[in-house]
Amino acid sequence: MKAQISTPIRRVDAKDKTSGAARYLADMSFEGMLYAKAVRSERPRAKILRIEVPRLPEGYTYVDASDIPAGGKNKIEMIKDDWPVFADKEVRFVGETLALIVGPDRGMLNRLCREVKVEYQDLEPALTIDEAESLKGGAIHGTDNLYADYNLRKGDPEEAFKKADRIIEDEISTGYQEHIYMEPQGVVARPEADGKLGVYFSGQCPFYVRHAVAGAMGVDEEMVRVQQAVTGGAFGGKEHYPDVISTSLAVAARKVGRPVGYFFDRVEDISYTPKRHPSRTTFRTAVDERGNVLAMDIDVKLNAGAYESCSMVVLQRAIFSVNSVYDIQNVKIRGRAFATNNVPSDAYRGFGAPQGLFAMEVHMSHLARTLGLSDLKYKSRHLIKKGGLTVTNGRIHEEVKLPEMIERIDEMSDYRRKVKEFKKGSWRGVGFSMFNHGSGFTGNGEQEIIRGVVKMRKRSDGLVDLLVSNVEMGQGLQTTFRKIAAMVLDLPVDQVVYNDPNTDLVPDSGPTCASRSIAIVGYLVQEAAKKLKARWGEEGEVLVEHRYAHPPRLHWDQEKLDGDAYPSYGWGINVIEVEVDPLTYEVETKGIWAIHDVGVAIDEKVVEGQVDGGIIQALGYGSLEKLEVKDGRFQQRTMADYTIPTSMDFPRIKSALVDNPYEYGPFGAKGAGELVFDGAAAAFADAVQMAIDRDISRIPVTPEYIMEVYEND
Amino acid sequence: MTKITFSVNGESRTIETDPLRRLLDVLREDLGLTGVKEGCAEGECGACSVIKDGLLVNSCMVPIGTCEGARIVTPEGLRETDRGRTIIDAYADSGAVQCGFCTPGMMMATEALLEKNSQPSEAEAREALSGNLCRCTGYDMIVEGVLKAAERGKGLW
Repeated sequence: MKAQISTPIRRVDAKDKTSGAARYLADMSFEGMLYAKAVRSERPRAKILRIEVPRLPEGYTYVDASDIPAGGKNKIEMIKDDWPVFADKEVRFVGETLALIVGPDRGMLNRLCREVKVEYQDLEPALTIDEAESLKGGAIHGTDNLYADYNLRKGDPEEAFKKADRIIEDEISTGYQEHIYMEPQGVVARPEADGKLGVYFSGQCPFYVRHAVAGAMGVDEEMVRVQQAVTGGAFGGKEHYPDVISTSLAVAARKVGRPVGYFFDRVEDISYTPKRHPSRTTFRTAVDERGNVLAMDIDVKLNAGAYESCSMVVLQRAIFSVNSVYDIQNVKIRGRAFATNNVPSDAYRGFGAPQGLFAMEVHMSHLARTLGLSDLKYKSRHLIKKGGLTVTNGRIHEEVKLPEMIERIDEMSDYRRKVKEFKKGSWRGVGFSMFNHGSGFTGNGEQEIIRGVVKMRKRSDGLVDLLVSNVEMGQGLQTTFRKIAAMVLDLPVDQVVYNDPNTDLVPDSGPTCASRSIAIVGYLVQEAAKKLKARWGEEGEVLVEHRYAHPPRLHWDQEKLDGDAYPSYGWGINVIEVEVDPLTYEVETKGIWAIHDVGVAIDEKVVEGQVDGGIIQALGYGSLEKLEVKDGRFQQRTMADYTIPTSMDFPRIKSALVDNPYEYGPFGAKGAGELVFDGAAAAFADAVQMAIDRDISRIPVTPEYIMEVYEND
Repeated sequence: MTKITFSVNGESRTIETDPLRRLLDVLREDLGLTGVKEGCAEGECGACSVIKDGLLVNSCMVPIGTCEGARIVTPEGLRETDRGRTIIDAYADSGAVQCGFCTPGMMMATEALLEKNSQPSEAEAREALSGNLCRCTGYDMIVEGVLKAAERGKGLW
């Protein structure tokens, strides 16, 4: 039965956005604002010997590491702080910021930046995982180029391998992906009248920006005030990178004593901002005489780029996801994140999980193909159930509804009949993928690092202020958070006030990422609303707060990476049907079906919008978004070279939801925003495999790659 | 510097400027019409779509010097019309809006389509939106919004 809260309402931001009335950062005006432009490294790896700055015209200022105030640090404090605000001794990737030039005319700034002459002593760069592993040019990071190196163990893999009837090896890889949020990155820093430093930005995590700017400037965090502007998409691309822009811009604004804005153009955004980590995963899988998996030995490698930023957490999610929805009894996993001389890899919707899930799902389909077994039957034999053990030896605490979801999606898509009808190699194929996604931060993130707080205030005019640091970035939070509060308080949605957060006015309820906004913070909103409701009869203003408490049934050991890595999981299945052109190898997608368990949808339309957008973004990742590196430069630098799906590329998606209320989620809800990205690339690859009767082992599955697989066989 | 007279949202404007400046910048910077967004500056994404003399154009690709005597409609103009209000409501009811950065441009593309073809098929709607990129919605709900606007707006186009 559908929960009452799931009934869709009109998004509160829809009209202002469509009509052009919503003001994004570049639409706001800041009196006396100057613009900034970065002087960037042209080399992937080099020592900086000398920088010759041209004579700047009146009104233009050069800003570099020497301008960082006393007490400040030339480090960007993200999860790690290895990325400098301004490179001053060496450069580690093409595009790294050496300095900013600030002034009134953007055309002039471009010219002046080109006139800065940097004398480099080139060093040999390591660009690929293999080059990083062999320490080409010497270690970039530490002595081994490893930002992180983890080992997981479940059961007794050595013993299980001894019993193997057969051992099957496999290698799966995934490429870069660029976010292509429609609004490029932008930040404005302004010295404020009250002595604080104001930062206005398009992005996901106001308190991350505050922390990073305070660290670089050497001031208390309270002396930095961060205001989020209406944000035109993010997908993880505005999780940490705004810290990189804000820190240098803060130094510049302090130096010139005026507001300074930096609005990336698209070429700059594609060329120099972070991407999804490329990955390579190898499997050694032991099977018994019936083909059942006895054990797996898995090695996951990520290309993490020139600075660590958050890569070790991305790696954690990648390896925690690498058994996907399957209960493999004996597993050994090694995961490594390699330092290379590329643009740093960073957060992108799914945060490592899409790489791990893709590898496992494709590997399972390869096992079925190799053993001559039915893909779905084979996968179904290994499904995890409630109470099952994860790769970190945690438990699945919730009902796993995959068997029911398999039947539903089969009815929707006619999958089983099509598998029989489309013969292997008939140029028609239908692919199937299953996946899950942990909601909330990995490991000890929620309970020990973030410990999110939500406040709620009944005003004397009867309106309710919802005070949280999570942001609307397109995913519908302005609507869903209001719905949660309004439903508990029994108020109309428009009586709940939830403004784009300002760090002076809201508590730190954590960043907007990791599918945590609904599942974790939404629950805090619900609980705060319950507290407020209990005090509703009090006169005047009433303020309540609620802080995160970890569900008592969960345990986690961060040292050993052992226990319940996530409080809850969303679950999904995708089916994709394709037809491959036997002459050109172009793939036409004929049908897309999806079913998801997100607990309870806070708004069905909002979730359906996430499903549609997530799947199409994942089909871009799986089929056409190719980003190649040559000599440390991305070869695709415009939206003409790096193509994302258009309205013509894919047919209408047919999707459904199953309810499976989660007791620590608001009205039973779990996370949805990343889950919906996780399965489509694997289903697409699986469909192409059937169509051409060859294994597909990497994405994007371009016509060139299909030709290579088909003709070299 | 050249003197250029053109009409924006039904109002006559005369400006004196470098004829090579982009129409996008003139609209945003000189006239404060920030509903026109800059997404790529190379005519690929459609976020800066406006209607110039009845045709959908990317305003980042139009030098202002070519606009002498032109009639320009931006989201700010369209939203004040029954057609604009119909599209805005249809989008809101269809779930067509997420981050919203592409949406004013999508609205302009919808208007340009319905002006030519008031009852488009789904395939025609998809084709009409294909010059406008969206990274959030996967397009299905925007297409639904276009079809809903056409249905509700019978007689308007």
